[in-house]
Amino acid sequence: MEKKITGAEALIKSLIAEGVDRVFGYPGGAIIPVYDKLYDYTDSLTHVLVRHEQGAIHAAQGYARVSGRTGVVIVTSGPAATNVMTGLSDAMMDSTPLVVITGQVYASLLGSDAFQETDVVGITQPITKWAIQVRKAEDIPSVVARAFHIANTGRPGPVVIDIAKNAQTDMVDDKPYHKCSYIRSYIPMPDIPEADLRRAADIINAAERPMLISGHGVMISGAENALLEMAEKADIPVATTLLGLSTIPSAHRLNKGLVGMHGNIGPNWNTNRADVIVAVGMRFDDRVTGDVRRYAPQARIVHIDIDASEFNKNIPAVATIHGDARHALEGLLPMIRPKRHDKWLASFDRCEHIEYEQVERLALGEGAPSDGPLCMGEVARKVSEAAGPDGVLVTDVGQNQLLSARYFNYCKPRSIITSGGLGTMGFGLPAAIGAKMAAPERPVCIFCGDGGFQMTMQELGTIMQYGTAVKIIILNNDYLGNVRQWQAMFYDNRFSQTPMVNPDFIAIARAYGIEAENVERRDELEPAIRRMMDCTGPYLLNVRVDERDMVFPMTPGGEAVDYILLDENTVYSDKDNQ
Amino acid sequence: MTMEEKTLFTVAVFAENHVGLMNQLSIILTRRCINMESISASRCSIPDVSKVTFTCYSDRPTMDKIVKQIERRIDVLRAFLYTDDDLVYQEVALYKVPTARLLDEEHLEEIIRCHGARILEITRDNTIIEKTGHSDETEALFEELKRYDIRQFVRSGRVAITKSPVEHVDRFLREQEDRRMRVNEI
Ligand SMILES: Cc1ncc(C[n+]2csc(CCOP(=O)(O)OP(=O)(O)O)c2C)c(N)n1
Ligand SMILES: [Mg+2]
Repeated sequence: MEKKITGAEALIKSLIAEGVDRVFGYPGGAIIPVYDKLYDYTDSLTHVLVRHEQGAIHAAQGYARVSGRTGVVIVTSGPAATNVMTGLSDAMMDSTPLVVITGQVYASLLGSDAFQETDVVGITQPITKWAIQVRKAEDIPSVVARAFHIANTGRPGPVVIDIAKNAQTDMVDDKPYHKCSYIRSYIPMPDIPEADLRRAADIINAAERPMLISGHGVMISGAENALLEMAEKADIPVATTLLGLSTIPSAHRLNKGLVGMHGNIGPNWNTNRADVIVAVGMRFDDRVTGDVRRYAPQARIVHIDIDASEFNKNIPAVATIHGDARHALEGLLPMIRPKRHDKWLASFDRCEHIEYEQVERLALGEGAPSDGPLCMGEVARKVSEAAGPDGVLVTDVGQNQLLSARYFNYCKPRSIITSGGLGTMGFGLPAAIGAKMAAPERPVCIFCGDGGFQMTMQELGTIMQYGTAVKIIILNNDYLGNVRQWQAMFYDNRFSQTPMVNPDFIAIARAYGIEAENVERRDELEPAIRRMMDCTGPYLLNVRVDERDMVFPMTPGGEAVDYILLDENTVYSDKDNQ
Repeated sequence: MTMEEKTLFTVAVFAENHVGLMNQLSIILTRRCINMESISASRCSIPDVSKVTFTCYSDRPTMDKIVKQIERRIDVLRAFLYTDDDLVYQEVALYKVPTARLLDEEHLEEIIRCHGARILEITRDNTIIEKTGHSDETEALFEELKRYDIRQFVRSGRVAITKSPVEHVDRFLREQEDRRMRVNEI
């Protein structure tokens, strides 16, 4: 006869069987049986105790996004479950594989407004890929197996398993674990019809002014090499979305930068001049398209995505390939004919030149006095250079995000972790903790604003407890800078509720045993970065930046994608570059 | 958009019969501020599969997106979008009318007969009449019975069957079965 174990132990054994060696969490009444069993499994399963459940889920997101593995979170019922909602929504928007386990009251109490009862499945269904409640111990292993299969196949996403307390304490047979690889109602990896590839290839081969847009799907499916091969073979310029950054090295000659509201001039301008746009693993978010009616009306759009509901959702495509981005690109590759597009590529160079002269020189502080205040862009560039080719950029949200994402150099895939779809302030610091734990050999640099840092800075406690060697750079303008920029540009300089009185961040870091220093002037920056990178443990730089700095180029919301502001008063235009 | 520009669509959803299925469907409509006009759910010819049929007013592009977002849910096997031409469909309406008033009416038999309705129950107080048909037909009988002081009226959601010769869900399940075999071989 099989040995009997509790449901809680069955859960832990199931996690281990799924290859999980680290979970992020916070205990409480409705999950205590699981924490009790964790105590017996500390050799094979490391638990990271965060300081707030929001920190746990963002850490799991950082962990998942840098490694491609499923991030696992364990929290209790009620307020702990509601504390992970922001992260669930964020992970859903940014296709991040998570399995989030929430404790739940006894099945017999469900629906009775019991202490710390929340309708977790009901409130998470809109923001998860799948949510399920387990009321019987014997269901735990099969539900865990399904959860992992769902979370990290197809278009990845968060899954919630809500486990009633009796299911954790009841006894079950200790049976061998079976991974799930098939669900009747789910097609994670659609077969790509040859005809769809052919059709797309014909369009691409006929193109005179083609452009590739590489999105997060390229990274998720590991299609970076296929993408690059295709781009090189047919000499196609590549732009990336914010989450597609690092799918092509920054220095590659065909990398033409970022699309979207704060993207580069070249790809935004040429979106409305290309004859063919091949969009791979991206979803034409409104921050990418601007006004959809004026988005690439002249272009034939080929859309490759694993999620069929993205096709024609925002932008109509003339050809779609429904499937995994890597399979699709590898399938297309032999059908694509070699070509040169010198003239077309030169038009991007023109844009780049103007962008450098009118935007980047300023943002990088070129020629600025050595004792003057710093710009966000130059801090990001300098940190990136010090971090080297393995550097991972984690960002919070705001100007700090847009500028660090732009000026960081990416050398290899999975080098940026940022909250794209939801734009969650407070995401960065905990995400960096998870990223560093998943990739301890890579330098992980987190850029955040003074505002966003204070949304989750309690996680300094987690950094202290585990000695997680993240490099924290606060780009401190004593303002909610991104909102301030809008107030300056569109609300007549009425800075309503954006100035912030900030604490002594150095004292705070030191209270957690984290080394920290202030950087006020340009000439202090490089030595400080060097000390930060040389330090083996965590480190915090509080860098003073000018609150009047703004993020440019910018396409204001609702404008056409090629209406590009270079500063508050200058709209990009070039009659000779049409 | 005004009501005039909208069409009545029928959506048929084939899904695993899991707790929370209705919530998953309704949240997709809630996000776009669309109301269900009618809904019905039952088992179907395929074992363990539930069929949910609902109707709503919208336009084709919106409905195409909604159906894809429904299909994207893990528990959903397939979802289909139809207009009335694609379907054979019915609704059931029940009317509760005071018996005394009906007995005064000389044309009662004619009304029941020409509307294809039937009487389910008669008591001293009330008579319950049933009519199956399309909304406009059950509506017409409602108008007719109004003068007898209808005490209760209720109409079911639409049940619908496609006219198409192809059974798409069966085909989906056969393809999935092949997939399952392939997965198991690996
Ligand atoms: C949780 C949350 N609340 C509010 C916002 C709106 N918001 C976006 S950027 C921003 C300002 C961020 O200020 P700070 O963190 O100091 O960064 P900065 O823009 O100054 O670099 C705000 C309030 C948000 N994105 N997330
Ligand atoms: Mg700020």
